[in-house]
Amino acid sequence: MKKFSLPVVAVTGLLSVSGLSNAGTLEDVKKNGVLQCGVGTGLPGFSIADEKGNWTGLDVDVCRAVAAAVLGDATKVKYTPLNAKERFTALQSGEVDVLPRNTTWTLTRDASLGLNFTGVNYYDGQGFLVSKGLGVKSAKELDGAAVCIQAGTTTELNLADYFRANGMKYQPVVFDTSDQTVKGFEAGRCDVLTSDQSQLYALRIKLAKPDDAVVLPEVISKEPLGPVVRQGDDAWFNIVKWSLFAMIDAEEQGLTSANVDDMKAKGTPASNRLLGVEGGMGATLGLSDDWAYQIIKQVGNYGESFERNVGQSSPLKIERGLNALWTKGGLQYAPPIR
Amino acid sequence: MADSPSAEQSTKTKAWNDPAIRAIVFQVLAALGVVLFFYYIINNALTNMEARGITTGFGFLDNPAGFGIIQSLVEYDETYSYGRTFVVGLLNTILVSVLGIIIASIMGLVIGIARLSSNWLVAKLATAFIEIFRNIPLLLQIFFWYFAVLRTLPAARDSVTLGESFFLNNRGFYVPKPVTEDGFGWVWLALLAGIIGSIVLARVSRLRQTETGIPLPVFLPSLGMILGLPLIIFLLLGAPLSFDYPVLQRFNFQGGVAIIPELMALLLALSIYTAAFIAEVVRSGIEAVPKGQTEASSALGLSNGQRLRLIIVPQALRVIIPPLTNQYLNLTKNSSLATAIGYPDLVSVFAGTTLNQTGQAVEIIFMTMAVYLTLSLLTSALMNWYNNRIALVER
Ligand SMILES: N[C@@H](CCC(=O)N[C@@H](CS)C(=O)NCC(=O)O)C(=O)O
Repeated sequence: MKKFSLPVVAVTGLLSVSGLSNAGTLEDVKKNGVLQCGVGTGLPGFSIADEKGNWTGLDVDVCRAVAAAVLGDATKVKYTPLNAKERFTALQSGEVDVLPRNTTWTLTRDASLGLNFTGVNYYDGQGFLVSKGLGVKSAKELDGAAVCIQAGTTTELNLADYFRANGMKYQPVVFDTSDQTVKGFEAGRCDVLTSDQSQLYALRIKLAKPDDAVVLPEVISKEPLGPVVRQGDDAWFNIVKWSLFAMIDAEEQGLTSANVDDMKAKGTPASNRLLGVEGGMGATLGLSDDWAYQIIKQVGNYGESFERNVGQSSPLKIERGLNALWTKGGLQYAPPIR
Repeated sequence: MADSPSAEQSTKTKAWNDPAIRAIVFQVLAALGVVLFFYYIINNALTNMEARGITTGFGFLDNPAGFGIIQSLVEYDETYSYGRTFVVGLLNTILVSVLGIIIASIMGLVIGIARLSSNWLVAKLATAFIEIFRNIPLLLQIFFWYFAVLRTLPAARDSVTLGESFFLNNRGFYVPKPVTEDGFGWVWLALLAGIIGSIVLARVSRLRQTETGIPLPVFLPSLGMILGLPLIIFLLLGAPLSFDYPVLQRFNFQGGVAIIPELMALLLALSIYTAAFIAEVVRSGIEAVPKGQTEASSALGLSNGQRLRLIIVPQALRVIIPPLTNQYLNLTKNSSLATAIGYPDLVSVFAGTTLNQTGQAVEIIFMTMAVYLTLSLLTSALMNWYNNRIALVER
């Protein structure tokens, strides 16, 4: 019953919204003094709450960065956990203001949902997790396998494409949340669990015996994951977009949460613009001039966030790979802040 | 005559005060209000969605779906359209509802009667069953059965084998799939003929009984016509039927028919939960028949079987049918909880995956609600028809 209620509520929300004004998210957030952020239901490294209800993760850091930029306080966030099926309706109907929830940027989603992707906070690709006992070395050997997936994802579509292209058969076993997907996999309902590779590493540590499962080498798709906002509110779109860029730019400039005060004092032309020593940048976004300073001070730069949540100082130990800065052979690149 | 003006006036005022006319006027106004209200919110939603750049309309139904579905009663693969996913989901919902209704009715009947049993143990067991399963939330029961089923069943390699061609493992129950060959149509025809024959026989027997008081033998001849006739034809044609057997492959069995664990768990949960309610309905129905009826039928010299069949059951049914209809409707609607364990019903497939891939929430939720409404109305209509047929004809 709970499963059904959110879409229905959200649809009723859509039906009853009056007036066309879609702008004003910034004003609303300022007025409420809190940012409403839609995140995953519990995925280590990306968005997960501890017993005390504190959220952490790479996606959560996007929420915190936006809150720091807009409200000057990274803690002023109300998190709404959403499964894959609920996420877009929740954003469309205004239940959340921004949606960083390992969501893949695709043409259909960008063009038909009334939503905009603000960038990419993790370059990913779909992979497969199998139990070691099966002795499978490659995804090409999976003909006839039962595959656990989460409903309403690009994963479902890539999977169908991949098996069809390789002339193989499969049985899709579809669950609502990542928790249930993991349980199904553990209970032996399926031979394979498929998802974006980063999430496979995250789900693997949720297994009772993580060492019994391996991630296969194949990556079968491009999954650029990024924060999403409602279409038609360009001011808000810019704020979310540049909050992420500020984190990436900070990493490129070597600004970290630890050294940002010193660096602010030293001041290069580029850091002066980013940190608001030389005025103007914040105002054009409709924010105060220290917007990026607050992000870096309270949340850290992109590299810090990455290492802390999914990288070497986390249990996931994911390599930077595609998510290294463009100067280090990766794809993370922020347009100039000037 | 002096009265006439006032009489005229009274007829005039009557038009306003006439309850029939008033009722019509108010009903028209109310209907108009409802129509306007819906026009307003639908129009409002469409304008809003357009302003926000959300695609609307039913064009998406023709686009290719691009995702797989684990169980389908019609041909389906990822190249079919979103419209087809609607059909697949709908049929899966109907499948689990119909099977659930049949199983729950049988279980409910047995347990309801057991609760009235004079055997202390049987009655107490039935009471315990009812109280336990009626009072635990259905969603929990579904999860329970799902994981109970999954965890107790062995992996594919260690399947439980029944007679070399039936296999049970945590991927499902695999049975040979009958494949009909040329000429099998005649067997179906024979079956049809058998059914018609037994209906005719039953009618004739009823007439005979009213006229002479002595019925014709019906049961055995009917059985012969319905089962024997097709069997003879089948054998005469040289048994035009073969089987596609499930065979163990690397991961699992291929071929045959697979009954997936999601279906088993959902059916178990829905049937048991609803059976607990039906049992109570049955019990109250039987208890509602006055004891005098039993005594009177004994006095007439009816046998035990005749008494049940002709006196008790018809009267109990009258009390049972309306609440039973409710239970059937509940079961159908509850089947939408399937999505929790990934059984591919309408809500999971269409209002789940299809909704998310297309983003057309309003259209899809609307279609889904329309389906449940239609299914419910159909069930009610059928049960009402039956209820009217068995209703007491007062003279
Ligand atoms: N990137 C894909 C899939 C994203 C997705 O939902 N992945 C699952 C992995 S099983 C997840 O992150 N679930 C988190 C949750 O439900 O909280 C998409 O955008 O469709």
